[in-house]
Amino acid sequence: MSSSVRREPPVAQEAVVRVQGVRYSVGRRTIFDGLDLEVARGRVTAVMGPSGTGKTTLLRLISGQLLADRGRVLTFGEDVGALKRAGIYALRRRMGMLFQNGALLTDLSVYENVAFPLREHTRLPERLLRHVVLTKLQAVGLRGAARLMPAELSGGMARRVALARAIVMDPELLIYDEPFVGLDPISMGVVLRLIRSLNDTLGLTSVVVSHDVREITAVADHCYLLSGGRVVASGNPAELADSDSEEVRQFMRGLPDGPVPFHYPAPAYDEQLRGGR
Amino acid sequence: MIGAVVRELWQSLRDALEALGSYAFFAGRLLAGTPRALLRFGLVTAQIHNAGALSLVIIMLSGLFVGMVLGLLGYDLLERFGSEESLGMAAALGLVKELGPVVTALLFAGRAGTALASELGLMRATDQLAAMEMMAVDPVRRVVIPRFLGGIISMPLLAAIFSLIGLFGAQLVGVQLTGVDAGQFWSQMRGAVEIDDVMEGVIKSGVFGVACSLVAVYEGYHSAPTAEGVGRATTRTVVISSVLVLLLDYMLTAIML
Repeated sequence: MSSSVRREPPVAQEAVVRVQGVRYSVGRRTIFDGLDLEVARGRVTAVMGPSGTGKTTLLRLISGQLLADRGRVLTFGEDVGALKRAGIYALRRRMGMLFQNGALLTDLSVYENVAFPLREHTRLPERLLRHVVLTKLQAVGLRGAARLMPAELSGGMARRVALARAIVMDPELLIYDEPFVGLDPISMGVVLRLIRSLNDTLGLTSVVVSHDVREITAVADHCYLLSGGRVVASGNPAELADSDSEEVRQFMRGLPDGPVPFHYPAPAYDEQLRGGR
Repeated sequence: MIGAVVRELWQSLRDALEALGSYAFFAGRLLAGTPRALLRFGLVTAQIHNAGALSLVIIMLSGLFVGMVLGLLGYDLLERFGSEESLGMAAALGLVKELGPVVTALLFAGRAGTALASELGLMRATDQLAAMEMMAVDPVRRVVIPRFLGGIISMPLLAAIFSLIGLFGAQLVGVQLTGVDAGQFWSQMRGAVEIDDVMEGVIKSGVFGVACSLVAVYEGYHSAPTAEGVGRATTRTVVISSVLVLLLDYMLTAIML
């Protein structure tokens, strides 16, 4: 059942990220066991799955914030687990990440937030720096908000500023952690369009982690569905939508009950109501 | 029963040692990054403003009141021996050697220490530290060390201001209110306070500065990324700093006596 949808073999193009047989656990809880997936260059790859399946953990493994217990994570062809701190930092300079809530530095203005990576890593003259920052802010439509502080932004605006910051160093890989959570329909549409247009115009590779099926399938080239620590299905959005696997159908259509039960494990209902424990 | 108690004690001891080791390791990381952080002194200056300048009002007010109490109590005590002219000396020595550094450190832990811890804790909770990590910027270098250094530099300055204002308060009560001779007050003070006494105060406040700043940045940086975690970090900052300051004060006094 689990691999019934895996028709499309891992894409023939060069892979920017390769996750091979990864096992990862926190304490006694195993989050991944034998996880395999690839992210092809130049495409938008979606990683979907119910809450708590370790989608964010996967991003942290890719960026070297966490290390796998077993298996390998190759990012840009480098084994993340074997890299030292300097190597991981060098790797991260080639990627940008959009955090769930934006994670803007609250003591800096929008302009300074976007300028932050440039100021830390380069010695650009102020005029050039200003040029780069304004260009990136223009790309997300917030050049006019350059002077605002993060506290003055709406959720959607904050995420767009964070997006501008994520692309300011011209990364090759852009990682989105739940980019649609808590956005109104307009902001959602804006972020969706940005994911696609930035990917195509800047020649990026994008990984989007999300459980918003409708939004993500509208933008992704390739999807992975995670559950129980493994990839249970992968393919392009149409293939996943037509899947005959119950697990995939439940997730893609948002059915309340199915292989993932509605009820958290509990003792028998009537017995408990009658006073049992 | 006894076995359980022993196990519990053993576990506590291990936890304490582990925490101590973790503190030492973190302190080492801060020290290793300090030379480079000093090159970007602008970041440190901003933190001297946050930890130092913004604590000025509470330090000055407290200094004034502590000095006034010293003036009052000192006068009452010294008058019994007919030596109320020594009030200046008693107040100055008390302030410079002991009360200045200690009370400043306690106030600093409550005002600047908690601010540091909660700021770092919130940065952790809102993924700001993780975002820096992802931008290949070491948050310890960029955020923690400047705050640590800002605290260390601020503390002796604050203690000096505290002592100064305290002396003014003692003078206010002693000379203006109770009528100790002003000339006696200042001359006895000048005669009795040696440079060693001042140095003792400076050394103490320097040590307290390192201790309070280290506790605040450590607790904040390692706080759990939740509202509860940030709350606990600030509480721990005040509790640990205060006890540590008093303990260190005893040790330093015993050494320098």
